[in-house]
Amino acid sequence: MDFIVVFLIICGLIFFTGGAVGILRFPDFYSRLHPAGKLDTGGGLLILVALALFNLHHFSLSTLLTGFKIILIVVFVFLSSPTAIHGIVDAGVRAGLGPWTKKKGDSL
Amino acid sequence: MDTFFLVCGLYLSFLMVLSLYRGIFGPTVLDRLIGVNAIGSKTAVLLILIGFIYHRVDMFVDIALAYAMLNFIAVLAASRYFQKRKGLFGE
Repeated sequence: MDFIVVFLIICGLIFFTGGAVGILRFPDFYSRLHPAGKLDTGGGLLILVALALFNLHHFSLSTLLTGFKIILIVVFVFLSSPTAIHGIVDAGVRAGLGPWTKKKGDSL
Repeated sequence: MDTFFLVCGLYLSFLMVLSLYRGIFGPTVLDRLIGVNAIGSKTAVLLILIGFIYHRVDMFVDIALAYAMLNFIAVLAASRYFQKRKGLFGE
């Protein structure tokens, strides 16, 4: 049981690391939204599922309720985080921000 | 297991500092919004980790749920507000 929890948490931390590095290093506003939208949602999902599993060590009604609330946070993040990112994309498109194109002699 | 949670929380805080760079020095307003959204989604996880460290998950889970909702509403409202050309090009 602890092995699964530790494995899921480390996977989630790897996802979060990829998201942070992507937000720092991508060249353009639209390409920065890609790690922000996908990897933060995935990492948060993995870590929260792992913590809900760890919470059910001592099985009783109150820990069951707490685990249900953590799963509720998972569902809410899964719905709301892509929606927020889509709102930011929509703001950029409406403001007329052009996409990034590779210039000559431009090194990533 | 408490030490493992503590190390995970410290590492998440380090990642939040990395995202804060984009929040401060972002070239446009929307880049700053991306950094703030990334910090907020990490904070909801960090709050539950803090609850496990203090053995009071039943209290911290409500705070985390409220923070996730607040982060969603804040980012959505700010992205509706900043859809003008002003502030997007050439800080």
